[in-house]
Order: sequence, then C-alpha cells, then structure tokens
Amino acid sequence: MTNASLGTLKVEIWRGAEEGDFETFEVPSQPSQTVLDLVTYVQRKLDPSLAYRFACRVGVCGSCAMTVNGTPRWTCRTHVQKVASSGRVRIEPLRNLPILKDLATDMAPFFDKGQEALGRFVPSDARASEVATIPPDDPKRKEANAAIECIGCGVCYSACDVVSWQPDYLGPAALNRAWTLVNDVRDGDRQGHLKAVAEDAGCHACHGHQNCVEHCPVGLNPTRSIAGLKRLVVMAALKGEL
Amino acid sequence: MKRLELWLYIAQRGSALVLAPLVLLHLGVILYAVSGGLSAAEILGRTRSTMLWPAAYGLFVVAAAIHAAIGLRVVVREWTHWRNRTLDFAALGFGLVLLLLGLRAVQAIA
Ligand code: SF4
Ligand code: SF4
Ligand code: FES
Repeated sequence: MTNASLGTLKVEIWRGAEEGDFETFEVPSQPSQTVLDLVTYVQRKLDPSLAYRFACRVGVCGSCAMTVNGTPRWTCRTHVQKVASSGRVRIEPLRNLPILKDLATDMAPFFDKGQEALGRFVPSDARASEVATIPPDDPKRKEANAAIECIGCGVCYSACDVVSWQPDYLGPAALNRAWTLVNDVRDGDRQGHLKAVAEDAGCHACHGHQNCVEHCPVGLNPTRSIAGLKRLVVMAALKGEL
Repeated sequence: MKRLELWLYIAQRGSALVLAPLVLLHLGVILYAVSGGLSAAEILGRTRSTMLWPAAYGLFVVAAAIHAAIGLRVVVREWTHWRNRTLDFAALGFGLVLLLLGLRAVQAIA
C-alpha cells in the first residue's frame, strides 16, 4: 500500500503555553501509525520547533502522554486509526498541569504530590537483617501487586476532575502508589504513609467516579486503591492513631 | 482543626449510614399513612403515643443537618472559588438552620 492511497490526516496541535492556539498540519497516513508518530512527523518534517516529550515509544516510560481528541492517552501506544474520527486528530498537552511549551507540560506538581503522599519506600531494617520472605499469595502482597505497575504517565491525573476542581488534591497516581506501600510489609513507616494521605487534600477528597480507571493505559484501578486507603485512614483516625 | 477535611468526611459518611435506614423508614411511614388514609389527627395520635417516633425523627433531623451541610460545603468548594473560613461558617450556619427547622417539626409530633 502506498502512502498516497491512504491519504493525509489533518492534525491540529496546540502551540504556545497557557496562551496559544491550534496549528493544523497535514500528515501522510501510514499503516499502524501511532499518535506519537504523527507528532514526530510534524517535528521532523514540518516544524522542528515543536516541543513534545517521549522516550521509549513502547509504553514503558510514561513520558508521551497527551490529550488526543479530548481524551488523555499514552500516544506511543495509541493507534491513529482508533481515535481519528473523520480523518481529524486534535492533540493537546495533558490537562491539570502547567503547559511549558506546545505539548510539553511541567510534570513537577504531579511528581511533587507523589512525594507529598509519601509515595516512596521507607526502609525498616538494618542492612544486616534477613531479607523478608513474602509469599506471592499473601493478601497484602496481592493488593500491592494489583496496583504496582504504574508508569507515572500522569494520564489519570489529567483525567481526574477532582484535581481540576481542587488543585491541591494529591490525585490518583500518588495515592495509588501510597496504597502499594501500606501493603508492603517491608516498609518501615506505614503510619507515615497513612498520615500523609490523611492530610486535607488527601484520599477522602476522591469522589470515586473512576475516570482514572477508565483512562489508565496499563489498566490499573486507582479508585480501588484509594477506597482501601480511605478505609484504613478512617479506622486509624477513629482509633486515634493518626 | 487538624485534619478537618478527614473528620468532615467521616462525619458525612457516618451520618449517611444513619440516614439510609431512616429514609427507608420515613418512606414506609408515608406509604402507610397515605394508603391507609390516615387523618392528621390519627397520625399525631400515633406519633405522640410513644417517644420512639420523635426519637427516630430527631435522629433523622440531626443526621440530615450534618450530612447536607458538609455535602453542600464540598460542592461549593469544588464549583466556586469560595474556599476560606467564611465558607466553613456559612456551612455551619446552614446546618444549624436545618437542625432548628427540623427539630421544630419533631417537637410538633412529639
Ligand atoms: S475516582 Fe477519585 S482519583 Fe479517580 S478520577 Fe475520580 S476522583 Fe479522581
Ligand atoms: S495509575 Fe495509570 S494512568 Fe495513572 S500514572 Fe500510573 S500508569 Fe499512568
Ligand atoms: S514514549 Fe514511553 S510510554 Fe510512550
């Protein structure tokens, strides 16, 4: 099949920062083309000043997320065919994050909230102590496993309405991460994790409407993790442990 | 107050837990009174015969006032830019008004 027979696509791309406008490019269609391919074509062949972010191109690094026809997606694993209604594709930066330039957002607030939620492992034991043995079918291990494959792409954060209504809300990814840690028996600061997610913009701000679940490209369920945190945090608060 | 949002969340879910069966009870009472064709005097006669009715409805009113005030505060916080202490007091005031109106009604059937 030649490119000509596949025709061209109209690709509208956000240009500028918070203030800006869409610019339309004509990009030749290719079989199995991804949205990231479109952006790369524009940057390489039509306008080298276009700013965007990617690294792995295979859905591992989580850096290529953008808003495609109104929906947050990982662009390297999104086929144009799947999203291009009537040969038109509109590509914008992720919602809920400051725009640096064109399609590149400032991810700092997203990652900062990961830290705010104490979304990092806190070692418990001295180096000399024995390695903890955790059976794979341990219920807590299962909970952690179900939530652990997050690639930090920010798609859920961009999909979450509560983040846009309440900008200091920690958001699905940070809370999901915290959930994996409270279920990790090796972690040395379970209480610290619970305290972090019980702060004013913490887990209880979630409305449970599952837009994060709907859009997470790796199929995680942050809503479920957050529900788990809510339960633990409420119990801890009632017992006066927070 | 430390962790105000969390405690409000707990109060709202807690009040919902209390409200759920009471709403069902209330619907049951309405259905019963309407289909039975009870007069106002007959209804009052029954509610005044025992303290259980005023107690149940009193609890209903308290739970509803807590639940509605907290819920409304969340809606206002998320949909407008009104987020400071004045909103907290406004929500508290709203809850108190509900409580007062509700308790007056309970007093009438007691
Ligand atoms: S379920 Fe919670 S975290 Fe997920 S999108 Fe809704 S409010 Fe955000
Ligand atoms: S939970 Fe899913 S959507 Fe959110 S950052 Fe992780 S991988 Fe991306
Ligand atoms: S470029 Fe790495 S996930 Fe898309």
